[in-house]
Amino acid sequence: MTEWILFVVLSVIAIGSAVMMLVGRNPVHCALWLVLTFFCVAGFFLTLGAPFLAAVQIIVYTGAIMILFLFVVMLVNPEREGEPAVPASHRRAGLTLAAVLLVVMVGAITTRSGLGAIPTEPGGVTLRQVGTALLTEWMLPFELTSVLLLVAMIGAIVLARRRIE
Amino acid sequence: MVPTVAYLAVSAVLFTLGVVGVLVRRNALIIFMSIELMLNAVNVSLVSFARQHGHATGQVFVLLILAVAAAEVAVGLAIILSVFRHRDTVDVDHVNLMKW
Repeated sequence: MTEWILFVVLSVIAIGSAVMMLVGRNPVHCALWLVLTFFCVAGFFLTLGAPFLAAVQIIVYTGAIMILFLFVVMLVNPEREGEPAVPASHRRAGLTLAAVLLVVMVGAITTRSGLGAIPTEPGGVTLRQVGTALLTEWMLPFELTSVLLLVAMIGAIVLARRRIE
Repeated sequence: MVPTVAYLAVSAVLFTLGVVGVLVRRNALIIFMSIELMLNAVNVSLVSFARQHGHATGQVFVLLILAVAAAEVAVGLAIILSVFRHRDTVDVDHVNLMKW
């Protein structure tokens, strides 16, 4: 019962702050609402028995990615121009498409997934299992990640630096 | 215990909200934040599948997705910054240099 209460509270906050992010006019406020959503996702990871991922989520997403976002928001100074209003027809079309997508996804989850037939494993996944899988079965992707991060670092420096005349 | 289907439903709603952001907003930064929201929604799905199957692979995927998201944000924000320097705007409607 407490699990359900926690789940519902986290869901309401996550979805509510995601909506606030979408309707906000000021990008700084949008970024802060998104931080709240990310904290709720970390809470989901905790309730799903993945405390390490919850910690990484908070460190990487709210600690690194959103700080980067806030820096860029302040660098591009969006207050100056303000966002022009989106035409109502565009907005209607976008919302209709998204609603169709939601109906399809929820329909697929509830009717076609066959999840009820799979028993939930007791005990869940331990961090030891995750570490072992990461360094044995998924060794190559894990190592390639380091290359990817290096490429991203170089790419960001090259793209964002000013041209020296 | 909260069933996996409930987590999948929340994940679907969060993903849809991210899609709405990409389709409806014009500010490149907000569009980028919506993409992050979609990545997070998928992560919730993967972790709930990992719990259902008692298998670590789902959580390994989430770790790799986190690393890819970090790389993506670094490069993407650098692109936005460089577009802003050239065009003096982050409105995607005004960034149509490559439009046919």
